[in-house]
Amino acid sequence: MADASIGWWVVPVAVMGGALRVSTPFLFVSLGECITERSGRINLGLEGNLVMGAMCAYGTSYLTGSPWLGVLAAGFAGALLGLVHASICGLPKVNDIAVGIALMLFGTGLAFFLGKPLIEPSAPILPAIDFGWWSSIPQVHAALKINVLFLIGVALAPLLVWALATTRWGLILRTAGESADAARAMGYSVDAIRMRATMLGGFLAGIGGSFLSLYYPGSWNEGLSSGQGITAVALVIFARWNPMLCFFASLLFGGAAALGPALQSVGVSQGYYLFNAAPYILTLLIMIITCSPKRTLVGAPAELSITK
Amino acid sequence: MRLAKDSSTLSVCSPPPQGAPQGGREQTEFAATPSPEAANDTSWSFRTAFTDRIGGAAEYIIIPALALAAALIAFGIFVALFGKNPLDLYFYMYQGAFGTAFSWQNTLTRAAPLILTALCTALPAQLGLVIIGGEGALLMGALAATSTALALAGAPPTVVQIAMVLAGMIAGGIWIALSGGLQHYRGVNETISSLLLVYIALAVLNQLVEGPMRDPASLNKPSTHEIGAANMIGAIPGTDVHWGLAFGVIAAALTYILIFHTTFGFAARIAGGNVRAAKVVGLGVGRLILVTCFLAGAAAGLAGMVEVAAVQGRTNANLAAGYGFTGILVAFLARHNPLAVIPVAILLGGINASGGLLQRRLGLPDASVLVLQGMIFIAVLASETLYGRFRIFRQGS
Repeated sequence: MADASIGWWVVPVAVMGGALRVSTPFLFVSLGECITERSGRINLGLEGNLVMGAMCAYGTSYLTGSPWLGVLAAGFAGALLGLVHASICGLPKVNDIAVGIALMLFGTGLAFFLGKPLIEPSAPILPAIDFGWWSSIPQVHAALKINVLFLIGVALAPLLVWALATTRWGLILRTAGESADAARAMGYSVDAIRMRATMLGGFLAGIGGSFLSLYYPGSWNEGLSSGQGITAVALVIFARWNPMLCFFASLLFGGAAALGPALQSVGVSQGYYLFNAAPYILTLLIMIITCSPKRTLVGAPAELSITK
Repeated sequence: MRLAKDSSTLSVCSPPPQGAPQGGREQTEFAATPSPEAANDTSWSFRTAFTDRIGGAAEYIIIPALALAAALIAFGIFVALFGKNPLDLYFYMYQGAFGTAFSWQNTLTRAAPLILTALCTALPAQLGLVIIGGEGALLMGALAATSTALALAGAPPTVVQIAMVLAGMIAGGIWIALSGGLQHYRGVNETISSLLLVYIALAVLNQLVEGPMRDPASLNKPSTHEIGAANMIGAIPGTDVHWGLAFGVIAAALTYILIFHTTFGFAARIAGGNVRAAKVVGLGVGRLILVTCFLAGAAAGLAGMVEVAAVQGRTNANLAAGYGFTGILVAFLARHNPLAVIPVAILLGGINASGGLLQRRLGLPDASVLVLQGMIFIAVLASETLYGRFRIFRQGS
C-alpha cells in the first residue's frame, strides 16, 4: 500500500496528520478538565461526557441536518453531566473521584441506550479546511485537511491562559482552587464557582465528543472512545494545569494515537493492537516519569483532592 | 498526585462497617477542612466513634437500601419517558433476576465474577486507594489461565485446574500491584493508572488472540484454542451454578478475616486512616500497599480464570463483558465490606441477568442495565452525605 514516491515518509506524515486530527478530542477534554481542576475539583467522569457528546452530536446532526447544531447539543449534554457531577459533589462528605467514576459509567451507559438507533443511519458531518492545496502529494494533502473544531481549540488554549491569568473570572476561579477559605472570606460561594467550572469543563468535553462522531472517525458506535476521556484527564496533570501545555500534550497524544493506523497504511499490520494502545502506554510512562511521591507537583491547585 | 490518606478527600473510601475505627478518619477530616459545616458536624462525628454498634450497623444497611430504591424509582421514571410501564419493568426485572430457578442460576453465575472483581476495589479501599482496574486484572488472569491450560495440555485435569487458578491469580495480582506500586513509589494516581492498565490489558489480549494464540478455526470471533472439556470446572453438585461462586464466597470470607481479624488487616486499616500515623508506629506502608493490591488483583484474576474455565472455555473478546466495572459499583454499594460484597454482587448479578428479559419483553436496549447501574452508583454516592444525619440511628448511645 506504500506510496512509491515518498516511501516510508508516509509514516511520519501520517503521524503528523494524525496528531492534528486525532488530538482534537484530547485537546477539548483536557482544556475542560483544566478549568474544572483549577477550581479545585477533579471530574474523572469526562469519558462519559465525551461519549454522551458524541452520541448527542450525531443524533442532532442526523435529525436536523446541521452538524453545528450537533456540536452545540453535545456541549449542552456535557454541561448537563457536569451539572450532575457538581451538584452531587457539592453535598458534604461526597468524594469527587468516586462521583467521577459513577458518571463515567452512567454517561457511557446512557449514550449507548439512547444511541442504539443511531448506529445504522449516516449523519451530515463537519466540514474541513484544506491547508494542503500547495502539495501534490496525496498523503500531505490528507494530513493537512484540518477541521474547524481543531482551530477553535487552538485559539481556545491561549485564550484560557489569558483569562485565567488576568480576568476577574479567572482570579475568582483560581482562588477557589487554591484556597476555598479565601474565596469564602471574599464572599464567593465556592460551590457555585466549582459548579460553573465543572459545567464549562463538561461543555468542552462534550464538544470534544462531537468531533469523534462528526468528523473523525465520523460515525457513531459503542467503541467510539475507549479511554480517550480518561487519558485526557491524566494529560492535564502532565501539562501541569497549563492550557497551552495541554495543547502541546494533546498533539503528542494525537500523534501516538495515529501511530497504529499510520503503520498499518504502509503494510505493517504486526502489533496493530499494541500500537493502538500507544496513547495509554505513553500516558502511563509520562506519569511515571513526571510524578513524584515526595513533593507536590508544580502548578497543582492546592484544593485538588488528588494532589493534596 | 499523591492521594492524601489523611484528609477529607477519601471520606467515601473504606468506612469500616464496625463504626468504631471511623473516629480517627473523621477527626483528621476537620483538621483538613475547617469549614463551618464541618464544625457543626463535630457533635455527631465524635459520637459516631463511640456510637452504639447496632444503631451504626442499621445505618449502613438502611441508607444504601434507600439509595437503591431511589435509583430504581428514577429508572422507572426514565423508562416511562420511553413509553414503557414502570410496573412491567419491575416485574420483569424480578422475573429475570430471581423469579424462576433458571433466573436464579443465571443470577448466581453472574454474581460469581462480580464478588471477585468487587474485592479488587474493596481491598485497596481499606488502604484509602481507589482502584478501578479490575477489568484489566480479569483479562490478564483469563489470558494467563488459558495459556497455562494450553501449555499443560495432556496433564491430569486437577493439575491443570490448580495451575490455572495460580496463573490467573498471579497475573491479575501483578497487574494491580503495578498500580499500587506506582502510587507508592512514584506518586502516580492509582485510579487513573489502573484504568489505563485496563485498556493496555485489552490491547494485549486482542493482540495475542488475533495473532500468536489464535485458533485458525475461529473465523468470526477470533479466539484462542479451547482449554478442553476435561479441564473445565463443573457445576456445584445439586445445582447448575459453577464452582466459581464457591471461589467467590470463600475469597470474600478470607478477605473479611484478613482485614478485620489479622494484624495485617489492622495495619492496613491504620494506614488507610492515617498514613503518617502508620509510619510513626513503624508500619511498612509500601509492603502493605503491594501485598494488598496483589491480593486484590489476584481476586479479579481468579474471576478471569473462572470465566474461562467455567463459562467460555477459551479466551476471546467476550471476556471484556464489564464485570470489572460492575465490580466497582458492587464494592462501593457494599461500602467496601468483603462480606457485604456477597449479597450486593448477587443483587447486581440479578440486575445484569434481567437485562435479557427486559430486551425481549419490553424492547429496551441492552444498555438499559448500564443506565440503571449508573443511576445506582450516583444515588449511592450521593447518599454518603446522609450518614450521621438521622438521630434515630444513635438513640442507643
